[in-house]
Amino acid sequence: MQSGKIVVKNLYKVFGPQPQEAIDLLKQGWSKDKILAEKGAVIGVSDVSFSVEEGEIFVLMGLSGSGKSTLIRLINRLIEPSAGDVFIDGQNVAKLPKAQLIDLRRRDMSMVFQSFALMPSRTVLDNAAFGLEVAGKGRKEREQRAMQVLEQVGLASFAHKYPHELSGGMQQRVGLARALAVDPSMIIMDEAFSALDPLKRREMQDVLLELQKTHRRTIIFVSHDIEEAMRIGSRIGIMEGGRLVQVGTPQELIDNPANDYVRNFFDTVDTSRYLTAGQLKADSVPLYVHNGRAPDTLKVCQELQAQDKHYAFIVDEDNRFCGSISLEKIALLVEEGRHKSLEPELLKHIDPVPEDLPLEQVIERLVINEGPIPVIDQHGHYCGAISKGRLLTRLQGESHE
Amino acid sequence: MSDKKLDLGSWVNDVVQHLLDNYSGAFDSVGGVVSGFSEGIEQLLMLPPAWLLIAIFVGLGLWRIGARFAGFTAVSFILIVMTGFWEQTVVTLGLTFSSTLISLLLGIPLGIWAANSERVSLTIRPILDFMQTMPAFVYLIPAAMLFGLGRVPGIIATVIFAMPPAVRLTNLGIRQVNKEIIEAGQSFGCNSRQLLFKVQLPNAMPSIMAGVNQTIMMALSMVIIASMVGAGGLGNDVLASIQRLDIGLGFESGMAVVLLAIILDRITESFGTKQTQARGGLFGWFNAKLQRQ
Ligand SMILES: Nc1ncnc2c1ncn2[C@@H]1O[C@H](COP(=O)(O)OP(=O)(O)OP(=O)(O)O)[C@@H](O)[C@H]1O
Ligand SMILES: [Mg+2]
Repeated sequence: MQSGKIVVKNLYKVFGPQPQEAIDLLKQGWSKDKILAEKGAVIGVSDVSFSVEEGEIFVLMGLSGSGKSTLIRLINRLIEPSAGDVFIDGQNVAKLPKAQLIDLRRRDMSMVFQSFALMPSRTVLDNAAFGLEVAGKGRKEREQRAMQVLEQVGLASFAHKYPHELSGGMQQRVGLARALAVDPSMIIMDEAFSALDPLKRREMQDVLLELQKTHRRTIIFVSHDIEEAMRIGSRIGIMEGGRLVQVGTPQELIDNPANDYVRNFFDTVDTSRYLTAGQLKADSVPLYVHNGRAPDTLKVCQELQAQDKHYAFIVDEDNRFCGSISLEKIALLVEEGRHKSLEPELLKHIDPVPEDLPLEQVIERLVINEGPIPVIDQHGHYCGAISKGRLLTRLQGESHE
Repeated sequence: MSDKKLDLGSWVNDVVQHLLDNYSGAFDSVGGVVSGFSEGIEQLLMLPPAWLLIAIFVGLGLWRIGARFAGFTAVSFILIVMTGFWEQTVVTLGLTFSSTLISLLLGIPLGIWAANSERVSLTIRPILDFMQTMPAFVYLIPAAMLFGLGRVPGIIATVIFAMPPAVRLTNLGIRQVNKEIIEAGQSFGCNSRQLLFKVQLPNAMPSIMAGVNQTIMMALSMVIIASMVGAGGLGNDVLASIQRLDIGLGFESGMAVVLLAIILDRITESFGTKQTQARGGLFGWFNAKLQRQ
């Protein structure tokens, strides 16, 4: 069996009569629409398999009606699966007897909702303590714990207010506190921040990420906001018409989208943030090899002038980066006439950057470094250079794509 | 006896006669319980002196609604006392309360059941429609036949007439609870009893309270009519005024009924609409009790 905190295997949900028949027809290749038209069954989730690792934030995305909400409710079984398995810590939730299911929900999983779903007649404190109350914890114990989590989300001073006295963002903090109070190892969040304005949404994402730093929990997060998905998700699963069409890190999905549907999700985003040194590099800096003999100074000088280049890179026979030299310096050397060849001690040493270095750090390096910076592959071999000019052209190209 | 093709009426007569012949013991014991219950409530209301009872209502009005309404309540009751209808008013109040309590005791659980079962809901809907649309005093005849004359058939007929809104609005209130709130209850591990008491009922409370309000109002109107079978109270005076064509008496007793109706309506309504976010108040207290269970 596949390993992971949550393992979903060939999971189906059919709304309507005779789900098994609909599943058989799906397997025979009938389309979702045909099954709806001829059998009157709605396919909510169709043959979904994936796994979520312990401690990761797994984001589910997809257009409206693609089955995201249904899928996550199959995981805590608010909706009964039509077929398939859901393993949580190796235990098949889909086949769990009712009493054990209730026990599992009280102990180890909780949920955060788009509409916050707080109880209006309970105080913030009583809302936060709800899960503990259901689990039969004493008043003192549960209020103490609820107070503790309210502090974590910054709402301790509102403990005795009622939900309607709080702003949306604060209400969802209560929703989050309620989910944290039972100290679950996994939390399911269905568009938890979608009802908030962008500023509050970001703030809540930060709260969540901060909480993850101190205590990592496994989180499945449904979102329709790609920026949000990329910000908080370690991996993203994309759903289309009840199917999970692709799962991967944001980087993987941007680099290799499975189809146009997936690609479209990233259309609106500024993917440049996810560029790496490897994608930015080019052969823009003339390269000379120090093969036992250092390159000739005059030759390099003339060639650089001819190509209108300002820097040259030198590598050794193994294609390892030795150093860089500017045209200015070479011209000076030629004038002086003392160094006929570009010996290693004349070169300026620069630490090469690995190919997978993210854009942000590439920029940092470019800022402190005067000229272009060399890029090396995973074997340490030189494979290209990034100059400021090159970077700017590339970024402009991205935003026009 | 008649040349009708289909004599439904005589069938009903037969059914009532059959019930009477075979189950009179059961009716007697039901009648006994209802009579004891309602007498208890009436005595409870008679216990304090008039001014105290009035003060209680005025206080309720002040607390729930405001000074102006409290003033209105005081003036109304003083008017009733001065026109000499106080005693009948208390009897009517007692009949209304006992019918309402019985209606709620039966209606709310039925509403909960209906909310959780499509089949029950579909089955009771036409029955409730029937109960509510049948001209009210039609119930009085079989009730009087089965339970004799007096307050018991009056209360039974009133319960039948006044119960539907309690059932309906409990059912509706529970069904209308936000789906995600229900899911929140379930996802934190509520069993079905916890879901009912901690989630469904507290969140349905405004609607249930609206049902309580409607039940009280319908009960009040019905106990007046029930004087036809000897239930007593203000209805007697209304009935007498009709029989004697005594406009003066009709106006006085009718006014007492109207004032009582306004007071009961406003006070019970305030428990449903005001403070639906519930903190203080009977509603909040009730809610808190439910949740703590
Ligand atoms: N109880 C139900 N009965 C019938 N069909 C349902 C039910 N619940 C969901 N569906 C259908 O299943 C499909 C998936 O719905 P789901 O709510 O999971 O989508 P979603 O991806 O969460 O969409 P959204 O972004 O709008 O929340 C939809 O076609 C929906 O109409
Ligand atoms: Mg959804």
